[in-house]
Amino acid sequence: MIINGVTIDATFAEAFPMKATRAIITAQNEKWAMISAQAMTGFATSVIACGCEAGIERVLDPSETPDGRPGVSIMIFAMGGKGLAKQLETRAGQCVLTSPTSALFAGIDGGTRIALGKNLRYFGDGFQVAKLIDGKRYWRIPVMDGEFLAEATTGQVEAIGGGNFLVLAESQPQALAACEAAIEEMRKIPNVIMPFPGGVVRSGSKVGSKYAALGASTNDAFCPTLKGMTKTDLSPEIESVMEIVIDGLTKEDIDKAMRVGIRAVCDLGAANGIKRISAGNYGGKLGPFHFHLQEIMA
Amino acid sequence: MSALTFTLKHKPDQRVDMSPLVCQKLADMQPVEIAALTLQNGKRKIRVDELFDITGSDAQNIVIKGSFDKLDFIGKELDGGRITVEGDAGAYLGLGMKSGEIEVSGDVGLYAACEMKKGFLKINGNAGDFLGAALPGNKMGMKGGAILVKGNVGERAGDHMRRGNILIEGNAGDYCGSRMTAGTIAVMGQTGRYLGFAMRRGTLLLWNQPQASARFNDCGAHTLAFLPILFASFKKLNSKFADSSAAFNRVQRYAGDMSEMGRGEVLVRIS
Repeated sequence: MIINGVTIDATFAEAFPMKATRAIITAQNEKWAMISAQAMTGFATSVIACGCEAGIERVLDPSETPDGRPGVSIMIFAMGGKGLAKQLETRAGQCVLTSPTSALFAGIDGGTRIALGKNLRYFGDGFQVAKLIDGKRYWRIPVMDGEFLAEATTGQVEAIGGGNFLVLAESQPQALAACEAAIEEMRKIPNVIMPFPGGVVRSGSKVGSKYAALGASTNDAFCPTLKGMTKTDLSPEIESVMEIVIDGLTKEDIDKAMRVGIRAVCDLGAANGIKRISAGNYGGKLGPFHFHLQEIMA
Repeated sequence: MSALTFTLKHKPDQRVDMSPLVCQKLADMQPVEIAALTLQNGKRKIRVDELFDITGSDAQNIVIKGSFDKLDFIGKELDGGRITVEGDAGAYLGLGMKSGEIEVSGDVGLYAACEMKKGFLKINGNAGDFLGAALPGNKMGMKGGAILVKGNVGERAGDHMRRGNILIEGNAGDYCGSRMTAGTIAVMGQTGRYLGFAMRRGTLLLWNQPQASARFNDCGAHTLAFLPILFASFKKLNSKFADSSAAFNRVQRYAGDMSEMGRGEVLVRIS
């Protein structure tokens, strides 16, 4: 398959089941809601070493938030429910509770309930106050700038992590420009996050390493500087490869995000140095979810 | 199906225990069985059809017409369904109510919604003393749900209240929120003496400054984030509380009762 001069490989991205949750952070203005959200989703690019994958889903209008203030919706993904709950609590405690004027609300009503502000309340040292409003419990925790309001729980749902595609370009600036265009479009899709810095990862990995202590190492088949010294997957004109990883609540959400992302890359086309779109997989043996690029773009 | 309607034939001299006439107890009964039920009337028992004309068949929607202030225990332990009372109601309206809705067009007597667990009670007139309170000797009053009173309420509203909302458009009598353990009482009108007497936790939300009390300490003026969410939850009510002009988030906060554990609060609107 070729779109606008860009070859779409007959391959697939391989993804895994994960647990996910969503939280809504509000603040006095969008600036401080975003600061808090960025802190909460920081150092959460990959479960390999971060414990979770997290990202900002979108900015919320005051009319969409529970307290009528500007807000940001964030999502966190982890391999298990226990790990997810731990990450959520730690991050909420260190990054939202601490952030001036912030409040924290559930972003998923159904699902398994996991603690959001439920345990943070103990920071109130006995001065915390619970309020049950319309069946939802909120904790009012006295802090130095006033009160930190946090909903007691949020929902945990089944999700999918590790959807991806690779952008193969003739130069590094062209690869990055294409990925930026893709991310801009993908951020408009609900229920997905792209957890890497700016949504783009330049150090795609393969499973295993020559070093026994490492479970993952550089994806040498896609490293352009190794074209002459490893079993490469790159043709001579490819000078740079970047990857976009997608975590989403459902397969359809990831499908949609991949489609708009790849389309944005293809719109730049071969004229802008984009040669191929590929994807990362493990031969189909590890992840139960397969995102076939040509089917998605058909 | 039309509402199961009980129209009062005459006003008995003695009080009537209406507790058998709740939705869940009448659900599977035929009209003749309902007519044959007996109600305690003073020291004697009378058949339902001796006191009421019975029409309709939908036991999930009960209407009591011509009600007056000697019909006690209406909606006792109601568990789903709706009871509409046209007229006044006696004491213990909605006692221990578990879910469902009760609406009264007139006034209600003592201990309305006492030890209520869930559901919604709307009183279009005034309510007597001990609204949402605990029965004498008991330690836990209202444990959940919401009460809306369009008129005034008597003394000891929310006594020993544990959870839920009591919304009062009019005035509240003395000892409003006494011995409260938690929950919220909102009063748009005036409050009487000894507000929040011995309250441990909970919130008294006031539109007007109460009488000064040495048992409450001033914590200053604050903008509280939970108030917009609380007011948003009132939007669905047919009440002054649903009016956006009634909402506020800037309050003077008083903590007390300091002679008790002092974790309660009186929040007074700053206009």
